[in-house]
Formats: sequence, structure tokens, C-alpha cells
Amino acid sequence: MDAMDEIVREFVVESYENLDQLDSDLVALEGDAGSRSLLSSVFRTIHTIKGTSGFLGFGALEGVTHVGESLLAELRDGKREMTQRTTDVLLTMVDTVRELLRSIESTGAEGDLDTTAVVASIQAVLDGTDAPAPAAEEAPVEPEPVDAAPVDEAPTEKAKPAPVLPGKKAKAPLPAKPAEAPSAAAPEPAAAEPSAEEAPVRSATESSIRVDVEVLDALMRHVGELVLARNAMTSIAADIDDPALVHATQRLALIATELQQGVMKTRMQPIDNVWSKVPRMVRDISASLGRQVRLDMIGKETELDRGVLEAIKDPLTHLIRNAIDHGIEAPEQRVAAGKPEQGVLTLRAFHQGGQVVIEIADDGKGIDPQAIAAKAVERGLRSAADVADLAPQDVFQLLFLPGFSTAEKVTHVSGRGVGMDVVKTKVDAIGGVVDVTSAVGVGTTWRLRIPLTLAIMPALTVECASETYAIPQINLLELLAIDDKQSGVEYVGEAPVFRLRGRLLPLVDLRDVLGRTPRESLVGAVIAVMHADGGRFGLLVDHVRNTEEIVAKPIAAAVKGIGLYAGATLLGDGSVTLILDIPAVARRALELQEAIGDDRDVVATSTGETEQMLIVSVGEDRQVAMPMGAVTRLERFPMDVLERVSGSLVMQYRERITPVVDLAQVLGLGSTFREELAVVVCQRGDRSVALVADEVVDIVECAIADRSEVSGYGLLGSIIVRGRVTELLDLEATVRDADSAFYDVQDAELVGAGSEH
Amino acid sequence: MRHQLATFKLDDCLYGIDVARVQEALRMQAHTPVPHAPKGVAGLVNLRGQVVLLVDLRVRLGREGFGEDDDPMMMVVKVDGEPVSLLVDQVGDVLEIDGSRFGSPPPTLEPALRDFVTGVYQLDDELLLALDVDLAVQV
Repeated sequence: MDAMDEIVREFVVESYENLDQLDSDLVALEGDAGSRSLLSSVFRTIHTIKGTSGFLGFGALEGVTHVGESLLAELRDGKREMTQRTTDVLLTMVDTVRELLRSIESTGAEGDLDTTAVVASIQAVLDGTDAPAPAAEEAPVEPEPVDAAPVDEAPTEKAKPAPVLPGKKAKAPLPAKPAEAPSAAAPEPAAAEPSAEEAPVRSATESSIRVDVEVLDALMRHVGELVLARNAMTSIAADIDDPALVHATQRLALIATELQQGVMKTRMQPIDNVWSKVPRMVRDISASLGRQVRLDMIGKETELDRGVLEAIKDPLTHLIRNAIDHGIEAPEQRVAAGKPEQGVLTLRAFHQGGQVVIEIADDGKGIDPQAIAAKAVERGLRSAADVADLAPQDVFQLLFLPGFSTAEKVTHVSGRGVGMDVVKTKVDAIGGVVDVTSAVGVGTTWRLRIPLTLAIMPALTVECASETYAIPQINLLELLAIDDKQSGVEYVGEAPVFRLRGRLLPLVDLRDVLGRTPRESLVGAVIAVMHADGGRFGLLVDHVRNTEEIVAKPIAAAVKGIGLYAGATLLGDGSVTLILDIPAVARRALELQEAIGDDRDVVATSTGETEQMLIVSVGEDRQVAMPMGAVTRLERFPMDVLERVSGSLVMQYRERITPVVDLAQVLGLGSTFREELAVVVCQRGDRSVALVADEVVDIVECAIADRSEVSGYGLLGSIIVRGRVTELLDLEATVRDADSAFYDVQDAELVGAGSEH
Repeated sequence: MRHQLATFKLDDCLYGIDVARVQEALRMQAHTPVPHAPKGVAGLVNLRGQVVLLVDLRVRLGREGFGEDDDPMMMVVKVDGEPVSLLVDQVGDVLEIDGSRFGSPPPTLEPALRDFVTGVYQLDDELLLALDVDLAVQV
């Protein structure tokens, strides 16, 4: 049975159940020949089997049920009276179906069963050409209890199913069973199954049972409690040094873990349960939109908790619709772009680090960051100035804003203005993360990272101002300790950042976020690198306690309403610990920095829309601001690193010739001599552009909307920072001037390059 | 009609809660503070595996909240079927009082309390304030 596809197995189980019902229905029909509801029920059963068998490619099964269905349709519609003859052929059909199912169950295929006779006999009834004395090789219709051992009382008026099948299989046909013993019917085929080599294989109905989901949910809750109790025991045993207790606790821990895994397994379902509906959906959508789409599904067998599976159904559907509607182009456009007519939609699912990753990738036109930015402005979600300097990755985050829809025109498929924000909300709700990478002309990949189960989650417990908090592992990328020399920690202005493999990571102190006593020194603190809302930041905590499996307990609305906590859990020592809602912590940190910004006299707007800006000084008294998000590194170099190659300024940087933009020239100041340069490096993939200025002044949170429209070339306008007029650099245009191919680097390369350094 | 009231002391006033609303009374337990919680939330406690909200009734009634050195008691009440723990000075007896002794609060009752009291029972030697539990836990 291992070889048997899961879907086929389910089909067999379900069909057996339905057939049991069918037997009783057919028998009941003889007593109540006119019953419309009974006929409808029988019709539905056969119809279902026919549909599924056609879908699964079981031709013989489909053929038999097809004629049976036709006959039943006439009976149901009152075009034909139920006679003994019709009952006979119908029961014969049921037996044949059973026979076929048995073959499918044991071998995965229909086998070489000859169904032409039974099809012909039903067809004969249908056509009315049914001779009273049919040919002997056709299904004999009179009760002939030759070797079909009836197990019921076999009321005389009931037809014996004909031994339609030649050879050894003929002994298997099942007589219609009375309604009171339907469950007995299923195991019998297995007993009758003659193929000895498959003897140890239990029939599908024997080896699986249906269990109410409620029971499984309750079981999972109890296991959650057990896990907590085990944690408590382990904690106590660690304090009391008793070998016997330690031994018993270890055994308890082992059993609890196994039980937890076992119960989780009962709730696990392959993602194919949701994916199985995708081919049809893709077919329908692409047909209605005039697209040609090939669907590749990789990792169908990847298992998820059923609760999680249920929760991702809608987001997945939406992302797939979106990929076909907005991603994959019409065939003529694809041909014009030099791509094959047929687009490829790839669904991929796999387990990674205790999480499930689901990717929805298309090879369509990709998402144009500029179109997104323009749309965000048009919808009034962001100001033009707001989006101008966003890095492409940040621009994609705009897609998740409520009320955003990129559809040029609203179609019935997608683009109703309820879009990615709903996806994000739903994925957030189960503690998952969604992000997107895209390259214009190449395609788009949406990636969902979701926890394996909702009930029990791995978490990191950290300490902050002598209090303990839990951080879901799903948000955690890595842990770094700050050493005595505070290596890697830099201050730009007052804001601490951490130089992590060449990238600047903004630091957020959990003490500040929670309003606890401020940290005296960064030495010894731990940076938990967090991933939330498509960005990363370093969360500063006092130290890390442990990793623990935690069970989120419901918390009072008053605590939930604070918006910083995802829930609470009990630790091994019985204490209550709050689970941090990391995206919310990130947002709270941004608000805090805004408040600090106020102290620094940065003009804040009523909308509260701010952006982190790097401020550099240029020449005697000029200041330039650029979005911090686009800056990869800050360096200092002597002036003489600059070289002039065929009229353009370049420098050797990390063994590459890097184009250089002198901000003094952007401001129209002309080149001035400086002993040392502040160099702002923007990097994308393996391309980088260096911007040179005199000094790095600060990093501030700026209210973007407060800029004036006075601008020169390469500038977007000016803002006031600490009472000084500061020009806002059009970073993208400036960088593009220096390296026209800079923004063509794909995100995939970008990610790879980021982790290399 | 006899009214059954679970009583407790808070700042020398005697309060009563319909005994049907009270789940249990316990000594103070170790609790977890909740940063940025609304005023009146003292934290969360583990009540036999259930995470229960701890409400500082003193703060709710407009007084100075319980401090580190205080040794309050916990009165666990049911609100919408969920337990909530109230911090009080001292848990008292369950009293059975005749309904005829119930009346509206005297005009002398301080305004901060008035909102949280549905009425008073006139006892022989003192007043018993009937606490509006639902309002008291609405932090």
C-alpha cells in the first residue's frame, strides 16, 4: 500500500463507505421502489465514484459507473420504473465496482478485470434491448448462489449479484447486505483477496479510522499541558539532585516528546490536501484570462498541522490567483519578450528549521518597483516623496498595505482592492511570515514561512531587566553577543547600529521598548537578530536563558490590547512568561525612535510617516540626507583612493572598480580637496556605487512629508534637520547615473551576496 | 431574600461580592509584571495552569496601588466565565444578609468609590459595600 498514492487510498476508503450505504439503499429501494430520495442518494454515490475515478484515470471503473449513472439518472427522473432486472444490473455494477476497488487497493491499478459484460448488460437495460434470456456469457441475472456465499438471510425477492467475473475472482462478489450490518462488508474483500504476496497489507478501511477533529484538538491541548508539566518536572529535577528522580524525569521527558510528536502526527496532513484543488483552479483562471500556464508542484507530501493548513488555504489561493493574473503574461506578450508561450507557476513546499516554507513562483513579468511606488502614491497610501528613495525590497512591502491593488483594471479573478494585506494578516495571525522577491521580466516569488503547528512552538527565552520573555523562533535569525570591546557596534549620531557581515543592522533595545531601566553598557548584551515585516533588526536583550517548547495560553483582552504580546506561556518553574509579538515590537521601536527624533528637533508630521535618514556634510555648510535603508556600508578613506578613468571617478573597493559619485558635484559645489572622505557604499548583488562626502553627521528619523519642493538635479527637495536645511538626495537617480545597470541586479543574487560578506 | 456575600477588606472598608461570582480566595502568588499594561493591571499569575489577569483593586478604586512590602490576598472572581484575580488587603467571611438591608450608597461615599459600588448593606456595626465586579475588572 506504500506505493499507493494517498489520494487513491482516500478514494478507496471513501468509496467503500459509500458502497456500504449503496447496498442498503438499493435493497431499501426494492421495498420502496419509488423513493426519490433513495434514488438520489444512490445516484450521488455512483456519480461521485465516477467523477473521482475519471479524475484518477481509472478508465474501467469510470466506464462501469458511467452506464450505471445513466440508468440511475433515468430512474431518478422517473423515466423508468425500478424492476427486478434493473436492481439486478445495478447490484452487479456495485459488485464490479467493489472488485475494481479491491484491485486498486492492493495493486494501485485496476488490473485486467473485464468489465465489458457488465457494461453491456446495463447498456442493454438502458436501451431496452435487454433480452429476457440473455446470453450466458453476459452477466447471469437470476439468483444463482453458485459460489457466492451469502452471509445474510437473502430475502427471496432480492437478486443475487451475478458472478460476473471469470476465474478466481468470481468468488468474491458480495451480496447486498442488510442495512444493519454495513460495516462488515468492508473487511470482507480483503479476506477474499487471493494474492498471497500481499497478505500483510491491511485493507484501507482496516488501517484507518475517521476521528472527530474535536477529539484531536482536545488531545493536542492535553499534550500541550503535558509538555508544560514535563518542563516543570525537568526544572525541579535539576534542582533536587536525586538520581532516581533524574532518571524518572528523563523517561517522562522522552515519553512526553514521543507522545507530542505522535499526536502532532495525527493532526498532520500533506499540503496536497490543499494543493489538490490547485490544478483545476489554475486551469480555470488561466482559461478565463487567456493565459497558458504549466503548474509544477514540488513537495506535495510536505505535512502541516491541519489548523495551519486550514489557515493558509485562503492566502495560498489568493497568491496563486495573483500570480496568474498579475504575474504571468498573455502568450503574445511572452513571445514578444522572448519567453515560451506557456508560463510556469511553481508551488514548492518544504520543511526548514522546524518551519514550513511554501513558495509560489511564476516566471512572469515580475513586479516593477516603480509601478508599485506610483500606485501607492496614486492610492494616497504614501506620498511621492515617501516612495522616491525606497529600496526595491521596501517598495514590495507596500504591496501589503491595506487598500493596495496593482491590477491595471479590476478583474473578477483578483484586484478587488482586498489583496496582499489580507494575505499578510492571515499569515501573521498564525505566527507566519510572508515576503516577496521579484525581478522585472523574470518573475516573482512569494514565500510563506509558517510554523509546523499552532499549538506548541519553539521559542527562545531571554532576560530583560530581570524579567523573562519568550521570542518565537520563527522570528529569530541568529544570536550575537557583544564583547568587551563592543566590536561591530557603531554609533551614527546616537543610534546604535551593528555591522553584521558588512551590513548595518539597526539595534532596538528591549529595555527601551518595554520602558524598563535603560541599559548602562552594551557590553555583555546579546543581539537577537530578528526577522519581521520583511526587514531585520537586532533586538538587544540582557542575556539568553534557554530554548523551550512553549504553549501559547490565551491572555486577557487587557493584555492582548497592549499590542506587544502574542500571548503568554508557563515556563518550567511555573512562572508566567509573556511571548513577544516581534512585528509589533519592531513597530513600537520605530515609534520610540520617532519620539527621540522629536527631542532632536526633527520636524515631525501629523501623519507620523517617518523614515530613517543618513545625514552627511558636504563642503563648508551643506548637508545631504539619504534613506538609510539603501545604504550598505559607511567607510572612511583618504582622498587619494579616488581615480579618474576616462572622465569618470572610480575607486578600488574590495578588489573591484567601483564608480564614485562626489556629492559636492551633485550639489554643484565643484571638487574640493579633502584629506579624508566619508564614503557611503550602496551595494546590490556584486555591484556597488560609492558616494563621497566630508563627514557622516547623524542618522535621524525624518518626517518626509515636510520637505520643500525646491530641488536641483539629483535632489528631491530639502528638509530641516536640527534647524539646518538639508538636501534630500535622489539616491536612485544618482546611483543610476553612476551605474546604469545597478538596479537590474536580481534579488536572488542580492540575497546571496548579502550573506557572503 | 437572603443574600450570600463573600467579603474582603480594602483600606478599612468592607466590600462584598455575590458568592456565586467568587471562585476562590488565595494567598498572593509570584506574578509576572506586564510592561505597558493599563493602570490597575498588576500582572499575570499561574492559577493551576491557567494564565490569569491580576487586577490591583486599590488602583481601580483610585487609591495608591499595592507595593513591594504589602502582603495582599487574591480573590479570584468569574467574569464571563473566565477567572480574574483581584488583589485585596484581607479576605473575610462569607456573610448571609437579609435583602432588606440593601440600599443605595450614602451621599457621603467618596466619588471615586461610588462608580464601583452598586449599593450598601447596613450591617449592625458597619457598612458593607457591594462591589460591581464587572466594572472593577474592566481595566
